[in-house]
Amino acid sequence: MTQNSSGSDELAMHPIPALSIRGLVKYFGDKPAVDNLDLTVPSGSFFGLVGPNGAGKTTTLSMATGLLRPDAGQVSVHGVDVWSHLVEAKRLVGNLSDGVRLFDRLTGLQLVTYAGLLSGMTREVVVERAHDLLQLLDLEGAGGTLVIDYSAGMIKKIALACALVHAPKLLVLDEPFESVDPVSSANIRDILEGFVASGGTVIVSSHAMDLVQRMCDHVAIIAQGRVLAAGTIDEIRGDSTLEDRFVELVGGRRTGEGPAWLRLS
Amino acid sequence: MVATLVKLRFLLLANSLRKSPWQLVAVILGGLYGLGLLVLAIAGLFVLRFADIEFARSVTVLAGAALVVGWTVLPVLTSGIDQTVEPARLATFPIPLNTLLLSLAISGVLGVPGLVTLVAALATAGTWWGHPLAALAAVVCAVIGVLTCVVGSRMLVALSSRISAGRRAREAKGILIFVPLLMLGPIILWVSQQFRDAADLLPRIANVVSWTPLGAIWAVPADIASGNPGRAGLEFLIGIGTLGAFLLLWRWGLARALESPHHSTQTRAAARGLGLFAIFPDTPSGAVASRALTYWMRDPRYAQSLITVPLVPILIFVYAGTNGNLAPLNVVAPIIAVLLSLSIYTDVSYDNTAFALHLQTGVSGRADRVGRVLALAVFAVPVCVVLAIGSVWAANTWEILPGLLGITIGILLTGFGVSSVISARFVFMVPAPGESPFTSKPGGGVSLMLSMFATWSILGILILPELVLAVVGFALDIAALGWLSLVVGITLGSTLLVIGIRQGGAILDRRGPTLLAQLQKQR
Repeated sequence: MTQNSSGSDELAMHPIPALSIRGLVKYFGDKPAVDNLDLTVPSGSFFGLVGPNGAGKTTTLSMATGLLRPDAGQVSVHGVDVWSHLVEAKRLVGNLSDGVRLFDRLTGLQLVTYAGLLSGMTREVVVERAHDLLQLLDLEGAGGTLVIDYSAGMIKKIALACALVHAPKLLVLDEPFESVDPVSSANIRDILEGFVASGGTVIVSSHAMDLVQRMCDHVAIIAQGRVLAAGTIDEIRGDSTLEDRFVELVGGRRTGEGPAWLRLS
Repeated sequence: MVATLVKLRFLLLANSLRKSPWQLVAVILGGLYGLGLLVLAIAGLFVLRFADIEFARSVTVLAGAALVVGWTVLPVLTSGIDQTVEPARLATFPIPLNTLLLSLAISGVLGVPGLVTLVAALATAGTWWGHPLAALAAVVCAVIGVLTCVVGSRMLVALSSRISAGRRAREAKGILIFVPLLMLGPIILWVSQQFRDAADLLPRIANVVSWTPLGAIWAVPADIASGNPGRAGLEFLIGIGTLGAFLLLWRWGLARALESPHHSTQTRAAARGLGLFAIFPDTPSGAVASRALTYWMRDPRYAQSLITVPLVPILIFVYAGTNGNLAPLNVVAPIIAVLLSLSIYTDVSYDNTAFALHLQTGVSGRADRVGRVLALAVFAVPVCVVLAIGSVWAANTWEILPGLLGITIGILLTGFGVSSVISARFVFMVPAPGESPFTSKPGGGVSLMLSMFATWSILGILILPELVLAVVGFALDIAALGWLSLVVGITLGSTLLVIGIRQGGAILDRRGPTLLAQLQKQR
């Protein structure tokens, strides 16, 4: 929470935002998944992206990182227009996508090495970093195991290592804490906080409001493909908690006990 | 319950078709193809009525046995088994095992192949029209026979892919299935060779087959018609027994599958270091090549292409050997070249959404294409050249070596180029990573067959120059044409390879996100 005050200072120091989205639109069929969305992520911020299921978080992040072509709108990363300078933009971004497979017949070490080599780094640098990352993420012992034999939490961690290996300036993490055990989750949080402290920018999408409130300095609430509110955590939550504010903005909270047959006594 | 589960199968099919219209086209084409086969079969079976009983018996018994073998064994080799309703997914519901068994059997019959088989089998009643009792028996036996086919195919899947819990053991078993198949080809060829020598062997073989579990049920009507009720009864018992045994085996396999679905055992492999990543150059294309070649070694789906390398020479050797003329062996190298060079046209589809990593890292489409071709070329080129030299050595036809190498190398290089473009442009319905290579999605078999036909045709046109030069050279015995074919094969092939990689790379750069969206859709 100490970062909250520094958040707005950094905004002033870095006039070019880490991520800037203007008028982003994506239709799936005739249903808009992302509906004229604007979002600015200040450089050096730890940015939380929250929203109900199907709000368009993953779609937005995919378009922001060059994985999904938008129907309309502009995305730039540190001033580089993503969709006209794809390769330059991707060099700046480290990406952990939710719901895509990994090349899971490689060992953990091989997978991270592969990601680094694809980014155009030399083998010496990649191998050194891969070993560092495996150690950092408590995966040293599993470096020689095929990723297909990893647990869900280990898979998240190895995907994070792949996102970090080319030393990006902006990290975009879609549900990075899902099915990660509490210890690893705390370790990952330390890594991310260190990354932000050294000048990097992190965007995480998450359902865990507590986590976002504790960890992030900025937050945006997205629903139905639009940004409902965005700003520093303190601006958004005001006097209440982020969770209450979220429910208040998004709505859909149900009162009552459910149908009678579901009550056992 | 049974009706609900059977309905589920069609609901799943309809919903997946609504998602992709091309799959619908494939299913319709598959249906038309089945219908065509069916009309031919029915017409044939009715015409058989005018032949003598002995002949009709041989045909129905052998065709019936082939049907059972085809149902149980062939799906493993070709298109896989349509597992629309996967038993493991139903494990959480409180469904009695026998109900599940019955529902799966019924939904197995109610697919295009099942219905075609059923109607064709019922048409045997037409063959025995002149003998009312036999015709009646034919109807009963047809139903039992078709059930044997369906249950047999399910049984094999349940046994092959589910008995063992560990991934490695499961995959090893999947590949071991190929071993008996390797032997099957030569056996069939040997048998058909015998036919050509002695046509009267047909009834004798049918006689033997009619005592086996494969053919017994199909021989019952014929033996009733020819006045052998005792024998018919015995055969009927064998047929019923076979179905029963298949059912019990399937039930056992299914029970195992429901109790221990997809056990993920922690198989701790020793640290392997970087493996191939330490060997290939540390460029993006080198990395793609290391990854792709690692997959050739570790992913059972690629083994399906590799298995053809020993299979084709053995088949042709057996065929040629029985004639005492080894010259046909010379076609081995070009055939393997076609199969291997076109085996990567589904490469991106095999990656599935893991392909996202290539997009995330911004690797250029060209590096992606080069890497995939490189991984294949490092073993495909030596294998094909060795096969070409080996075949001219075995057949002692050294004079055709330059032309043969021209065709083989031309096919390889051109095929690499064609695959590079196709796999960058189209997503195919292939088994997902980790799935058995033998599963198929509805319509997947037909769409793969159509695309295979298209790619083969394109390849055939593109290699015409070196092919014509070499063949004319062989026919007129002009050595110079063979050498010319070699030069043309290498230069034209290389040019097409470069064009293919450039075009494919450009398509991938432009359409990468679209491709990923399609991959995500079919996931």
